Amino acid sequence: MNLTALSAFETAQKVRAGELNANDLAEAALAQIRAIDGVPGSLAPGILESAEEQKVHAFIQVTEELALSQAARVDRKIAEGEEPGALAGVPVSIKDIFCVEGTTTTAASRTLANFIPPYTATAVQRLVDAGALILGKVNLDEFTFGSSNESSAFQPSTNNPWNTDHVPGGSSGGSAASVAAQEVALSLGTDTGGSIRQPAAFCGVVGLKPTYGRVSRLGLIAFSSSLDCVGSLSRDVRDTALMLQVMAGSDPKDSTSSTRPVGDYLSALQQDVKGLRIGLSPDYEAVYYPDFESGAVHSEPVQKEVRDAVLRAAETLANAGAEIIENVPMPNTRYGIPVYFVISRVEAASNLHRFDGVKYGYRTSAEINDLNDLYRLSRGEGFGPEPKLRILMGMYLSAAEHASNFYQKALKVRALIRSDFENAFDPEGDYWLDALLTPSTATTAFKRNAVLGNSVLMQYSDQMTVASNHAGVPALTLPGGLDESGLPIGIQLIGSDFGEDTILRIGHAFEQLSTSETWRSEKPQVLQGEVKA
Amino acid sequence: MKDYEVIIGLETHIQLNTKTKIFCSCKADSWGDEPNTNICPVCSGLPGVLPVLNAEVIRKGAILAAAMRAQINPKSFFDRKNYFYPDLPKGYQISQFDEPIGKGGYMDVPLPNGETRRVRIHNLHLEEDAGKTKTEHGMRLLDFNRCGVPLVEMVTEPDLRSGDEAAQYLIRLRQLLRWIGVSEADMERGHLRCDANVSIRERGSTVLNTKTEIKNVNSIDSVRQAITEEARRQIELVESGGKVESFTLDWDADRSKLSKMRSKETEADYRYFREPDLLPVVLSDEEIETIKAGLPELPLARRARLESEYQLSAYDAEILTSERSLSDYYETAAASYAAEAKSVANWMMNDLSRLLNDLGKTADQLLLKPENLAEIIRMVDEGKINAATGKSLLKKVEESGKSPAKLVEDEGLGLIADSDALRSQIEAVLAGAPDEVASFRAGKESLLGWFVGQVMRSSGGKADPKRTREILLELLSQE
Repeated sequence: MNLTALSAFETAQKVRAGELNANDLAEAALAQIRAIDGVPGSLAPGILESAEEQKVHAFIQVTEELALSQAARVDRKIAEGEEPGALAGVPVSIKDIFCVEGTTTTAASRTLANFIPPYTATAVQRLVDAGALILGKVNLDEFTFGSSNESSAFQPSTNNPWNTDHVPGGSSGGSAASVAAQEVALSLGTDTGGSIRQPAAFCGVVGLKPTYGRVSRLGLIAFSSSLDCVGSLSRDVRDTALMLQVMAGSDPKDSTSSTRPVGDYLSALQQDVKGLRIGLSPDYEAVYYPDFESGAVHSEPVQKEVRDAVLRAAETLANAGAEIIENVPMPNTRYGIPVYFVISRVEAASNLHRFDGVKYGYRTSAEINDLNDLYRLSRGEGFGPEPKLRILMGMYLSAAEHASNFYQKALKVRALIRSDFENAFDPEGDYWLDALLTPSTATTAFKRNAVLGNSVLMQYSDQMTVASNHAGVPALTLPGGLDESGLPIGIQLIGSDFGEDTILRIGHAFEQLSTSETWRSEKPQVLQGEVKA
Repeated sequence: MKDYEVIIGLETHIQLNTKTKIFCSCKADSWGDEPNTNICPVCSGLPGVLPVLNAEVIRKGAILAAAMRAQINPKSFFDRKNYFYPDLPKGYQISQFDEPIGKGGYMDVPLPNGETRRVRIHNLHLEEDAGKTKTEHGMRLLDFNRCGVPLVEMVTEPDLRSGDEAAQYLIRLRQLLRWIGVSEADMERGHLRCDANVSIRERGSTVLNTKTEIKNVNSIDSVRQAITEEARRQIELVESGGKVESFTLDWDADRSKLSKMRSKETEADYRYFREPDLLPVVLSDEEIETIKAGLPELPLARRARLESEYQLSAYDAEILTSERSLSDYYETAAASYAAEAKSVANWMMNDLSRLLNDLGKTADQLLLKPENLAEIIRMVDEGKINAATGKSLLKKVEESGKSPAKLVEDEGLGLIADSDALRSQIEAVLAGAPDEVASFRAGKESLLGWFVGQVMRSSGGKADPKRTREILLELLSQE
């Protein structure tokens, strides 16, 4: 049996039944990582052998000891007849933006390269308590600021397992790649503007951004606190449901976590899609972006193969009894990125204040004359270009003289974006949708260095995903096909507040209905050398 | 010299006396703790932590707002005040800004000249305290213990007119804070801190001239002195043709001197925005009404009532309302002995105050209950014990917890008022002093006092002096 190809659901089931032991699963995952991950990301990678270019490089740090000790605990529990948990023996990776007690937590930044937190993030703790095995911390864009993983201070950054010349997306690129490359079954990610869904789509895996507040943010190193969501990456929808089930629920240490009861996500999957109303919107057919010289708005249609995949999925669901509602207006979607530029930068600049070289993290070793030197040099040397750019922009936008023009206005537009969703999902409204079906990204994975350096263009790769962050609603991406170069296409299901059960149910139905499609049998490039079990 | 008027506004920081800090479960008061021993990931600003609002902070903040007659905001918000300073571990302070818990309000401050000054409040907002920085041996040392201590910042309008008035305001504020139980208000421990904005103008003018801000004035005397000193400096400066510039001044209490800290030409931009990690603070009409209804009678109102209801002097009423527990004590005792409420006040002003001072207790901490005090006074007034015994009983009740009547009985402290017993004692005294009896009868009536003294001595002080005198006169007049 190929242990690394098993789903989390199957793994836990077999471990709990005593058919597999957790130690073997940990060893298998470690072997897979050794075989295909290559050198871990580091601040001083030196010159790499050319073979490294074909590796995944998802991990910054492999926590072998931790995984093995967790496996031993699961195996001991089973031996002693104790409840081992819903994720017993399931290998997981953690985006290196989550604090794990006693484990270096870098945020992929020089600033935190040596930071070891004294506490563990709630979401991580819930996974561990459910018997998951933490295989390591995976790479991301520095402080999650990016959509390609390339801005990580820990190089080499992650490659796309389907084609290692391409980026895995970001910022949860290490998470998506580690799942696609079968190094782990599940990964914990974060999504502020699309940071789970865009890399999940690029890497051909399932990614869920839950409703804001559904999963605790405690222990997530904040980017934009009002937009940050903790979510999951997996290879199928059932695993996503399972992982959400474990993580969801209120946390007394996060005031913004919801106290609403958690749904039964796995049971929801057993229902079919008959009678569900699924919307398509013309506002998700193109990317809109301004010309920064003239201010004129240009549009670029979504890549044709991506659009076709969405329509194909709609047809599949319609054939299974879902009702497809076309032409649902989501007119404020196009303002998602400009609004995001303002809100996320303002919050990010503030959230990054604490990295000042005083208490923890990077402090300059240069001679300093005064406090300002300490700040200026520590921050100047510790942060890479993307955080610096975001700090500058955030400082500018929140300055008293600009705040009403930008920040306050952005909050108003954010409310309009939210109202689009409220109208679409309103049971008394014109559309009363159960979900909106859209592309997850406008294009498939781009090549390394193709967009890096153009911070604005990079940001626009989140246009299909960012609106649900503004609105707070849940959104699921799942594989919907491959483009002609063999790169994965993601389709997105957006639900109403706390409607995770519904979008998981639709996503699961689509998976079941499309099992026989040829693209389903394709495997990522990095797995093609493997002997099939 | 022209006639100048001094214009003063005070910015006070009040440490609420909650058990825990505002956003974490560290204890709020670190007085006497070693540096950085009362901290956690939340208050020391580690990456990934989130604030969780202490509901008690909201409750106490709202009580203070109600006591200041401020408008309690049904929906207030926390914002981030962004700035870099080493003792601010997050690089921003979580503070209320444009929608604070209380807006407006006032406090009436009685002045020594009998007038009352109404000091208006601009607003009161809740915030977290920062840590402490000190420089030692060329190193900058940080103590985060104070980070996250709940504060109310309360800013007055420029309604005060002298250092003395500012001092009076603080005295009344301190009294109020303790009275309503929201702060220990101990200035030495930094529970009540004060910055003063001072400017001058010609009397009669209504303009507000450039002001200076005095920081670090952390005792009532310092406030009085620093403001008086700064007003004098500004007047001299203007009189000599100079111009007041916007400074921040530091008050050195040891040397009673002001020194310039920095000029304040540009306002810092704190880039305020709503704290996304906290929800809005919502108080329902019902909750606000409950808070208002639960407010005790405030010190000035009670002072006035004590004067009118018990015919106390202004001075007595003032002393008895210096602390809420003292005035509660008084009213309970007075209710137990309503006929002599004034006498109860006298006992409290003298003997009970001394007892409290000696023990370092507040009235509510005494074992000697107000009913006990009333009982003791009543026994004295009824001649069951003499005044000296009554006074000594205060301490005895406090130490033993026994009732006064029981102590009098057990220790035989009661006066001998029983005529037969007293009569025989007096007869014995007269029998032992035939010469004096003869002198008295011969007309030396001033000896009566001497006889009383002898009886007192022989009875060990327990003879009722009034009855003794009566019986003496009776026996001495017989031949």
